[in-house]
Amino acid sequence: MHEMIAKRAAAELQGPCVVNLGIGIPTLVANYIEDDVVHFHTENGLLGVTEVGEVDPNLVNAGKLPVGEKAGAAFFNSAESFGMIRGGHVDVAILGVLQVDENGRIANWAIPGRNIIGVGGAMDLLVGAKKVIVTTTHTTKDGKSKLLKECTFPITSTRSVDMVITDLAVFDVVEERLILKELMPEVTLEEVRRRTEAHFIVGGLLDEHPVT
Amino acid sequence: MAVIHEWVQDALSDVKSGQTIMVGGFGLIGAPLTLIDGLTRKDVGGLTIVSNNLGEAGEGLGILLRQQKIRKAIGSYFTSNREVGEAFKQGEIDLQLLPQGTLAEAIRAGGAGIGGFYTKTGVGTELAKGKEERQIDGVPYLLEKALRADVAIIRAHKADTLGNLIYYKTARNFNPLMATAANLVIAEVDEIVAPGELSPEEIVTPQLFVDRLLVAKKVLTKEGVVNRA
Repeated sequence: MHEMIAKRAAAELQGPCVVNLGIGIPTLVANYIEDDVVHFHTENGLLGVTEVGEVDPNLVNAGKLPVGEKAGAAFFNSAESFGMIRGGHVDVAILGVLQVDENGRIANWAIPGRNIIGVGGAMDLLVGAKKVIVTTTHTTKDGKSKLLKECTFPITSTRSVDMVITDLAVFDVVEERLILKELMPEVTLEEVRRRTEAHFIVGGLLDEHPVT
Repeated sequence: MAVIHEWVQDALSDVKSGQTIMVGGFGLIGAPLTLIDGLTRKDVGGLTIVSNNLGEAGEGLGILLRQQKIRKAIGSYFTSNREVGEAFKQGEIDLQLLPQGTLAEAIRAGGAGIGGFYTKTGVGTELAKGKEERQIDGVPYLLEKALRADVAIIRAHKADTLGNLIYYKTARNFNPLMATAANLVIAEVDEIVAPGELSPEEIVTPQLFVDRLLVAKKVLTKEGVVNRA
C-alpha cells in the first residue's frame, strides 16, 4: 500500500527540479525516480542524494538512514540548507502527515496529550517549498479518516498543501478546497466518501457531501 | 590561533556549571563524541545545551541527560531520545523547541552579531505563542532571537594547527554555525595538519573562530560509537 502511494507521488516529479523527501512513505518515492534531473535535497545538508552504496555512518538523510551522494552533489551547513527551504529554492516537498483538514492544512508534528518535544524541519518545509505534496494512508489503523473537517492535532502551518495522495485517492487542493482528482485502482467513489470525514469536491464541479 | 590539547579534560578546563553549551551534530552524526564523553566525566551541572537533539537513549548527550547535568535544552527534535520526554514529564528538564531552520538561523545570527530575525516559519502554530508577529510587505513573520553560548563543542574532519577547519559529508550540519556563536570554541577532529595542507578554497571555518583543538578518540562507525585505536 505504501509502495503504491509512493509510486503515485513519484509520477508528479518532472525534472529538472529539487525535491525534499520526508520520513516514512515519502522516502520510498526515490525508488521510482529514474529522471537524472530530479535532485533530492535532505535538510541535514546534502543536495544530490542517491541510493546508498557503501554505508558511511556520516552520510545520512534527515531520517538518519544511510544514503549515497550522486555526481554533482553538494554538502552545506544547516542554516544554508534551511535558507534553501525557506527561501523558496526547493521545488517540491513530499511529506507524511497525521491529519489533513478540508482546507488542505496539515498536522504532522505533535499529538495532544503527549509531550510536544519534536518539530524538526516540518514547519520550514511547509512555509518554504514551492509545492507541497502529502502522502498518507487514508485512515488510521483503527479505521478513522485522516482527512478531517478540522485537524484535532496542532497544525504545522497555516499554508495549505497542494496535493494529497492516499491509498484510496488523489486530491488537488485548490483555493483551500479538496478536489477529488483520481481514484486509486479498484477504489469506488462510494468508498472514498464513506472513509473521508472532510468535505471534498469531485472532479471540480460536482459538490459532494461528506459522510458523517 | 588555536591551542592543541592532548587530553579532553584540558580542552574542557574552562567549562563550568550553569553555562550554556552548544553541541554540534544531527543526532550522533557530526557530534563531538569525545568532548561529550569528557563532559560526562566532569563535575558540572545545571547546563543549558543548545543542540538539534539530545543524542539517543544512553548515547552522546543522552548520557549527560541520564546524569541530570542538563537543566535546559534548546533544540528542534528531542523525539529521537525517548528519555527526554520522560525527563520533561518529571520536571527534570526544561525544553525550548524551535523549528530546525529557526534553530540554525538563530545560531548563525548569534555568531554574526545580529540580535534576532523575522521568519515565516511557525506563524499561526503553537510554536508562535509569546512571539512577536509582524507584517512585512503584507506577509506575517515571527521575531526569533539569536542564540549564543559560553562554549561550543563541535566536530570537524580536519584542522590545521591554526584552527582552520574542514568537515566531512553530512557530519557538517550545525558545526560551522556553532563555531561562530560561542565565547570559547573547542573543535574535535580526525586529524591536525600543518598550515597550507588545507586548500584555502576548501576551508569552511576560518581559524579565527576556533580556540582549542582535540583529536577525536571516540568516533561514530557502522558498528556505533567506538574508541579509536
